[in-house]
Amino acid sequence: MAGTTRPPSDIRRFTPGERWLHLSFGLVMGVLIATAAFLYVDPLSQFVGRRALLAGIHFWSGLLLPVPLLFAVLLSPAFRRDSRRLNRFQPADRLWLRRALRLDTSGPSGKFNAGQKLNSAFVLGATIVMFVTGLMLHFFEPLPDSVRTGATFVHDMFALAVVVAGTGHIWMAWSDPEARAGLRTGFVSHSWAQRKHPLWDASHEGSQRLHQDP
Amino acid sequence: MGRRVVLGLLGLAGLGIALGSKANSALSSVAANDPTGLTGLIPGGGRFRFYSVAGAVEPTPLTEYRLRVDGEVERPTEFSFTDLAAMPQTHMTKDVQCVTGWRVPDVAWGGVLLSDILAQVVPTDAARALEFGSADGVYTESLTLEQAQRPDMLVATHLEDEPLSHDHGGPVRLYVAPMYFYKSLKWLDRITLTTAVEPGYWEDLGYDVDAWVGRSNGRDDAPTV
Repeated sequence: MAGTTRPPSDIRRFTPGERWLHLSFGLVMGVLIATAAFLYVDPLSQFVGRRALLAGIHFWSGLLLPVPLLFAVLLSPAFRRDSRRLNRFQPADRLWLRRALRLDTSGPSGKFNAGQKLNSAFVLGATIVMFVTGLMLHFFEPLPDSVRTGATFVHDMFALAVVVAGTGHIWMAWSDPEARAGLRTGFVSHSWAQRKHPLWDASHEGSQRLHQDP
Repeated sequence: MGRRVVLGLLGLAGLGIALGSKANSALSSVAANDPTGLTGLIPGGGRFRFYSVAGAVEPTPLTEYRLRVDGEVERPTEFSFTDLAAMPQTHMTKDVQCVTGWRVPDVAWGGVLLSDILAQVVPTDAARALEFGSADGVYTESLTLEQAQRPDMLVATHLEDEPLSHDHGGPVRLYVAPMYFYKSLKWLDRITLTTAVEPGYWEDLGYDVDAWVGRSNGRDDAPTV
C-alpha cells in the first residue's frame, strides 16, 4: 500500500468510498457531457452522426448518474459527515466568497471552502434536475407540448451551467496538485491543510498513525 | 445553506419547465434579429439542429449525383443533378417544425415538385405509396401517392437561394412542408413506388407515419402549410 511510505503527519481527507464516488460520478458525467456534445454541438454531430447509439449511451449513463451518490449516502458514514460539512455555511465562508469575488481563492476555510460548498450544492441540484427533465424528454408521450418544450429548455440551460461549473471545478483542481493528490490517494500533507484549510479540525479524521489504509 | 441552494435550483427548474416554451420563443425572436450571431451559442433559439442517424455520410459530388426512381412506375428513370435543374423550379417559403420542438420560421426552399417527377415516371395502377432512400444507407421515409401529389412536396435543391449544403442534406433532399421535419429525408438518392406504405426509419422508432404538423405525434404546433 502507498500508505507505508507516507509521512506520519499526513491527514486523511477522503476515504476510499468517497474517492470511488468522485471517480465513478466523474466518469459517468464525462460520458454524459461527451455524448451530449456529439448530439447537440452541430460540427460534432455532423462529424459523428449515429444519433440512436449516442442517445442510447446518453440515456443509460443518465440513469446511472445518481447510483454512486445513493451508494455513498447509504454506505459511507464519512460521506454523510462531509455532506453535513458541505451543507453548513460558516462566517469564514462569507469572507472566503467576498475574496473570491476579487478572484482570490486563498481565504481561510474549514475542510471545504465556500466555493466547494456551493459547487457541491449545485452538483446535487443539477443532478436531480437533469435526471428528472431527462426522464421527461425520454418518456415524453403523456406530457403536453408546453411541458415538453419547457423540459427541453431546462435540460439545455442546466447542461450549459453544468459545463461552466465543471470547467471551473477542473480549473481549480488543475491549479492545485496537492488537492488532486488528496482525491487520488485520500491523504494530504499537514502543511497543505494548514495553508489551504486552516480552520479544518482534522482531529476526527484520523491521521496516518491512527488509520491505516486498508 | 447548501440545502437552500439545492432547493433554489429545483425551484428554478420547475419555473423553467412551466415557462420554458415562452422563454424559448422569446429566445427564437431574439436570435432571428441578432446580427452578432452570439445567440447561436445558446441552445434552442430558432435555428436548425443537425440530426444524422447514420455514421459519417460522404458528400456526393454534383456531377456524380443520381436520383433513381423505380418500383411501380411505367418508366424507371435516373435523374442527374442537371436533369433536375432543367425541370420547372418551384420556390416556397415556409416554417420548418421539428417533432422535438424546435421551429425555424420562414425558410426559403427551392427545387422540383415531387408531382413533376411522378408525372415523368408515370406510376402504375398498382402504385399506392412512395419509399424514399438516403445516401446514408439508413434513413428511409414514406408518403402515400396521394400525399406526394400535393403542391407542397418538394425534391429540394436550394435553401435560402443557395445550393443545399451537405450538412443540410444536400445536394438533394426531400422537403415535406406540411409534416414534421423527420419526414423531410436528407441525402435523397432513391424513390421506389410501392403498393403499400413502408414505414421509415423514424416511424419504426414510434413516430407517426402520417406526420401532419399539429395533428400527429401528440403535439399541437401551429401548422406549417
